Amino acid sequence: MIKFLIKGILRDRSRSLLPVLVVATGVFLTVFMSAFLKGIFNDITDINARFTTGHVKILTRAYAENKDQVPNDLALMDVGKLLTRLQADYPYMEWVERIHTGGLIDVPDSLGETRGQGQAIGTAVDLLSPGTIEPDRMNIKKSNVKGSMPAKHGEALISDDFAERFNVSAGDNVTLFGATMNGSMMFKTFTVSGTLKFGNTILDRGAIFMDIRDARQALDMDDAASEVLGYFKDGIYDDIKAQQLQASFVSKYTVEGDDFSPQMFRLAEQDGLGDYLKLAESAGSVMAFIFVIAMSIVLWNTGLLGGLRRYSEFGIRLALGEEKKHIYKTTIYEAIVIGVIGSGIGTGVGLGAAFYMQRYGLDISGITNNIGMMLPSVYRAEVTPALFYIGFFPGLIATVLGSALAGFAIYKRKTAQLFHELEV
Amino acid sequence: MENDSIIKIEKLIKRFPVGKTEFTALNGISASFGRGEFAGLAGPSGSGKTTLLNIIGSLDSPSEGDVDVLGNSVSSLTHKQSAKLRNRHIGFIFQTYNLLPVYTVFENVEFALLLQKLSRSERKKAVMDALEWVGLTDKVKSRPSMLSGGECQRVAIARAMVKRPDIVLADEPTANLDSKNSHHIIQTMKNLSRELKTTFIFATHDEKVMQYLDRIISLEDGKIVKDDVKTDSKPQDHVSI
Ligand SMILES: Nc1ncnc2c1ncn2[C@@H]1O[C@H](COP(=O)(O)OP(=O)(O)OP(=O)(O)O)[C@@H](O)[C@H]1O
Ligand SMILES: [Mg+2]
Repeated sequence: MIKFLIKGILRDRSRSLLPVLVVATGVFLTVFMSAFLKGIFNDITDINARFTTGHVKILTRAYAENKDQVPNDLALMDVGKLLTRLQADYPYMEWVERIHTGGLIDVPDSLGETRGQGQAIGTAVDLLSPGTIEPDRMNIKKSNVKGSMPAKHGEALISDDFAERFNVSAGDNVTLFGATMNGSMMFKTFTVSGTLKFGNTILDRGAIFMDIRDARQALDMDDAASEVLGYFKDGIYDDIKAQQLQASFVSKYTVEGDDFSPQMFRLAEQDGLGDYLKLAESAGSVMAFIFVIAMSIVLWNTGLLGGLRRYSEFGIRLALGEEKKHIYKTTIYEAIVIGVIGSGIGTGVGLGAAFYMQRYGLDISGITNNIGMMLPSVYRAEVTPALFYIGFFPGLIATVLGSALAGFAIYKRKTAQLFHELEV
Repeated sequence: MENDSIIKIEKLIKRFPVGKTEFTALNGISASFGRGEFAGLAGPSGSGKTTLLNIIGSLDSPSEGDVDVLGNSVSSLTHKQSAKLRNRHIGFIFQTYNLLPVYTVFENVEFALLLQKLSRSERKKAVMDALEWVGLTDKVKSRPSMLSGGECQRVAIARAMVKRPDIVLADEPTANLDSKNSHHIIQTMKNLSRELKTTFIFATHDEKVMQYLDRIISLEDGKIVKDDVKTDSKPQDHVSI
């Protein structure tokens, strides 16, 4: 019987096409959007991990508590030893040290008098040692718009906007004013090797990137660092692995009650990224849920329309001695078939689109220029196994639910009216 | 005839609620029908013909009185039981043929058998037999939209007959057909009634139909005013099935 009915549905395009299209569209959107959102959230997390949070970050507790003031007097000490130990204890991680400093950049004229001054965020990473991947990790190489990367000590990169504002070009000198680790006044002159444009307002306003050894020397931070960042070598943040790492770290490295002993923070614990991650995870299901509701309503109505179109068919079937329950059941089976077809198409197309977006991405660097957050400039979808069912089952459920609701009309049908109804 | 009657109607009353009052559509009908009878309900519009067919077909139930169809008291049947009774024993033919447009002629007839547990080949044989009875074996693959009105009604007859029911109820089956087709159809049904011992009950205004009937029950205002049993119904052997 059901085979027979399916044959009928497939022949009657107006009956099958609309529901299939509705389901396929809904499923497509669910699959594609959740892949895309997942990708975006991951990109955002990733870029934050690269720039600021690491997959895990190690700081002194005191530094962590006053992080906004960039308090280098509270920095980690004996970092060389710490790094060696970390590398031995956690060989699956890559550990890097960084120094942050606030200050002023002073641009002198030819006589050494101040020509202009601006607030600056100083970031010191390993730019110069052979094989360092920090410039790549922080996208510094790609963001280098004028001049070149620093090639030797005493060279630094500054924001392109800043350079424009004060008319600084590659080869000019600038002086960074600030405070040493001990609180005394510090100034160091750098030769500008080139300029940077990240497409991010905060970084582009006034930033200076230097090699960490120069910063150490200028800030009196011998063997000290603002922070040590750890990255999983496979490049993927896994909060469960991070939690295990953190637990182990706390037991081995952290001294309870010592403000200067190192503390570890997971990516998810920093800058609200945990919420982001949770959002990324729930985005798919939220999306699917919304689509199930919306699709069900649409399909309910298409089901009702279909029911109208099939009014006489149901009438004849009742007259032929089919029970209402059986007619109802068969409409549900039909819905399952429609749902499988529609969801299958939607999942297929959605996966295809997601794969495409994973590979090629959507370049929105033009739009993000003036956004303060750390945002990636190319958005990519991420294809996960979940995509195979995240749209499929909701699509199926919606179709069945829609039909189930519409099908109740069958029970309202009075057989006593059949002759009258079928006469017209 | 009383003894082997398969439909027994006793003091049947059918009322319909109309607003706050009730309208009596059938008012004390008593009659019975034997196996293989070829009978018709005649009477003016609104006299209760369709209502009576409905109740015999267990599509509706009596308000009072009793209707017994093949040993089943219609008023006490559940939805499931009445569906089963229709499925096994009663065929319906409508004024508008009510074929399903998405299915072929063959499938439309086959449809009536789908609820019965028959093998594919048994079904196929039964459908081809039924189509042969109505002379449509050459149209098995056609869709209803390609058929003439007469052909459509012949498909409907095949659909009603394919399960070899005991009773066929036909409400104005010729109302949409021209004279030649009407004769053809009614003759076909009459032959089938003879051959398969099927009881046919028509509701009709059509004089052409009436001349074939063995028995005409005239209704007026829900009452039987005349119950004519003819002995010399006109044989129409020149139309073969
Ligand atoms: N469900 C209903 N509710 C109220 N009145 C009804 C209902 N069904 C039938 N009637 C009334 O019962 C009467 C008999 O109707 P029925 O359809 O049996 O007449 P009929 O003899 O078949 O007429 P026609 O020749 O026009 O088909 C009519 O007056 C009709 O209006
Ligand atoms: Mg009528």
